[in-house]
Amino acid sequence: MKKHLLSAGDLTRDDAVRVLDTAAELLGVAQRPIKKLPTLRGRTVVNLFFEDSTRTRISFEAAAKRLSADVINFSAKGSSVSKGESLKDTALTLQAMGADAVVIRHHFSGAPHRLAAAGWTNGAVVNAGDGTHEHPTQALLDAFTMRSHLMADAAPEPGAPAGPSGGMGRDLAGKNITIVGDVLHSRVARSNALLLHTLGANVTLVAPPTLLPVGIDTWPVETSYSLDDSLEKADAVMMLRVQHERMNASYFPSAREYSRRYGLDTTRMNRLPDHAIVLHPGPMNRGMEITADVADSGRSVIVEQVTNGVAVRMAVLYLLVGGSTNDEGEA
Amino acid sequence: MSERQYVIRRARILGGEPTDIAIADGVITAIGPDLPLGDATEVDATGLVALPGMVDLHTHLREPGREDAETVLTGTQAAARGGFTCVHAMANTDPVADTAGVVEQVWRLGREAGYCDVQPIGAVTVGLGGTQLAELGAMADSAADVRVFSDDGKCVSDAVLMRRALEYVKAFDGVVAQHAQEPRLTEGAQMNEGLVSGELGLTGWPAAAEEAIVARDCVLAAHVGSRLHVCHLSTRGSVEIVRWAKSKGWDVTAEVTPHHLLLTDDLVRGYDPIYKVNPPLRTADDVAAVREGLADGTIDIVATDHAPHPMEDKECEWSAAAFGMIGLETALSVVQHTMVDTGLLTWEQVAERLSAAPARISRVGGGHGRPLAVGEPAHVVLYDAEATRTIVPADTASLSRNTPYAGRELPGRVVATFLRGIPTVLDGQLQEVSS
Amino acid sequence: MATPDNVPDAAADPVRPTADPVRTVLDAGEISRALTRITHEILERNHGSAEVVLLGIPKRGVPLARRIARRMGEVEGREIRSGALDVTMYRDDLRLKPARALEHTETPDDVDDKIVVLVDDVLMSGRTIRAALDALGELGRPRAVQLAVLIDRGHRELPIRADFVGKNLPTALTEKVRVRLGESDDTEDAVAIVGPATGGAA
Repeated sequence: MKKHLLSAGDLTRDDAVRVLDTAAELLGVAQRPIKKLPTLRGRTVVNLFFEDSTRTRISFEAAAKRLSADVINFSAKGSSVSKGESLKDTALTLQAMGADAVVIRHHFSGAPHRLAAAGWTNGAVVNAGDGTHEHPTQALLDAFTMRSHLMADAAPEPGAPAGPSGGMGRDLAGKNITIVGDVLHSRVARSNALLLHTLGANVTLVAPPTLLPVGIDTWPVETSYSLDDSLEKADAVMMLRVQHERMNASYFPSAREYSRRYGLDTTRMNRLPDHAIVLHPGPMNRGMEITADVADSGRSVIVEQVTNGVAVRMAVLYLLVGGSTNDEGEA
Repeated sequence: MSERQYVIRRARILGGEPTDIAIADGVITAIGPDLPLGDATEVDATGLVALPGMVDLHTHLREPGREDAETVLTGTQAAARGGFTCVHAMANTDPVADTAGVVEQVWRLGREAGYCDVQPIGAVTVGLGGTQLAELGAMADSAADVRVFSDDGKCVSDAVLMRRALEYVKAFDGVVAQHAQEPRLTEGAQMNEGLVSGELGLTGWPAAAEEAIVARDCVLAAHVGSRLHVCHLSTRGSVEIVRWAKSKGWDVTAEVTPHHLLLTDDLVRGYDPIYKVNPPLRTADDVAAVREGLADGTIDIVATDHAPHPMEDKECEWSAAAFGMIGLETALSVVQHTMVDTGLLTWEQVAERLSAAPARISRVGGGHGRPLAVGEPAHVVLYDAEATRTIVPADTASLSRNTPYAGRELPGRVVATFLRGIPTVLDGQLQEVSS
Repeated sequence: MATPDNVPDAAADPVRPTADPVRTVLDAGEISRALTRITHEILERNHGSAEVVLLGIPKRGVPLARRIARRMGEVEGREIRSGALDVTMYRDDLRLKPARALEHTETPDDVDDKIVVLVDDVLMSGRTIRAALDALGELGRPRAVQLAVLIDRGHRELPIRADFVGKNLPTALTEKVRVRLGESDDTEDAVAIVGPATGGAA
């Protein structure tokens, strides 16, 4: 694996499967009486959050703490950052504190790249969501959730140990994944498109033309303007959140029309194959992109995504900073 | 001033056969082989190309207001090192150059610095606000003798206001230099809209936002019979629109920056704001189109859009960073690399596009843009086209370091620059100049 | 198991010169007899199998535990399952190498109040067993923990000793002990010493 996790595109197929397999083993830790491993004892993980995201922050915090790392939460609000301190000076401060990993969430696309590339910190940089760019650990937990449902019956890869969840050693080869909504502004969609493609899945992005980025024809995905046309073959459907600020910016005429054309309701859900699952990265706009019936139905794995998030982030932290972090020792 | 005599030995004027050039009292007094030296200082120009002093129609000198980024003195020193003898100072200073008072101040600072003539550009609208015409006539009548008006950095997007400005400047043979950027189509825009912006999740800046304004303004200029100059044109579509306008005989001129001749939006992939510029770096196809346009004369001139910014405005997140690159000291090298070494332009055509044409567009006096000929003012650049150099950001006369070429090897080096017969640069070094 | 005690797979280490002599010290039959003896010793010490939970330490401790469980089942006349205990996350040498993939942990039974017998192939420094004791402590509280190893080659770095030993094998530090098992290595069972034999040890 590369030193940092900035983009889902940084992961090879084998890297990604290794993260998922490791997460599968670590998922068991959550079920033990003592939910803690000593692995990152003495290591420092900084959660550097320039954008509020309680969900993602506590997920990373729980992951780091279960691995016994020291966790420092640094949120821009009420800190020196809101008084105009630059990313550079913040990074130099973290470097002085000896951060082994910096988990960064930022409202600007590419901020994690800057942190990793500018030489302001030696720690491993983990992108926890940057602007409208990427959110690689979300994609990993989505892929993990899909694999445990869709590949559970598949025999494990020869040589792979029997795991607690389905599909150890497997990727998502041949599975049809439909991602619906504001692809243009969605970091979740970008990371998922890259990762699911790496894992061999067939990805279809469904959105009104206004919410698909220019140049999407070069992405390794199919695109469609019609949700109805994309349901029957889908093994998993992921509904993206529609941000409120898009609703008055003429990306679509009204919330009602969006919901009618691109929302997932019971009628549409019933047209999915029996084994298909429904995902949502949260937080949901119930009644907008997904109805309450669907969100609470047996096909919804939305709560499971949250559980899996901690295990996947443990796996990422372990694989990035659990071993030697210098390049020597690569054998 | 009779001690100010030079004989330049064996210079290749516009890349031609080696010959000597004699300069006295600010004027070229003789051109020919083996000129007598007399009391003059000898300058060996063996192997060097001699070009007329270059004229930049698009320079941000930042003074008044942002003297931390650049001053008229440092900016003109950088210009001299780049082979320029005249720069046009853009109006987006603080205060904005929208009154006779401010343009005269900038003009006077340039004269005091003495490294390069500074011709101020006046703002089109008050405070670049885009709602009310600035006192264009007062600026034209001032000591600064302003003929070029631009809200550069912002687009005169109101069609009525643009029409009025185009009409009004006819009274004193002025020209409106438009920063073509449709504001609604570029709200929050960070980079060229295309496959790279989609991949990087940065808000896109469609080519159409530039082309729509270029097309509108060409039609408006034709309608009112005025002159239009298109600043830093950057897309294939813009080239085609200007070509079409010229084919109809309309009085439209256009410029391209060195960086749009060389760099593409692929460079944004590392999110390094050193590549953040307005208009944004475009695609390889656009680069090919602007090179063709410059070669066939559709694009009249190269202008640097030298835009200095202090370190802290670039050492940050992409979206928080300032737009702009410095370019005075690298312009000629980039033109050589992209246009001369590729066979698209001769040195004679380079002189036209970097000296004669910009001077003509701006109606600037002072003998700028004149050919290297006996009796002409001695604005001369000696350029070593055989040299190569690796660009080091710290090695600049500018106060700022935001060059996109750091670490890149570029051909050519300005060896000497003469402004009215006085060397501002010799052996590549800035000279003491008393104004 | 991937401890420094063991030689890496010859196939995975093409750089290693093949010149080092290989001396087989236990063949398949001897390994089988050693495991049978260990099985009986475990049963005798613990008065049967009722309280015993066998946990193998990956990689080769797992199949060894499974073989002992099978023998134990034959003696006791019931099916006995063994488990696996991955110690990767508890190792003290994590920072010396890039992060390793995890092995699977699986217990056949609750370990609380049971007698856990840890099974590994080679005992040397004792560090793997130290990690295993830590890992075990977070699964529950056994009444007692015992240790069974196929080979004890000495060179202990921690106060740990095995309760059941297949064979004591004095070795030089320059030598490596190589264990091959049908289940994990797809070859005939064998234990060999690899490396330049020093004068004294020969």
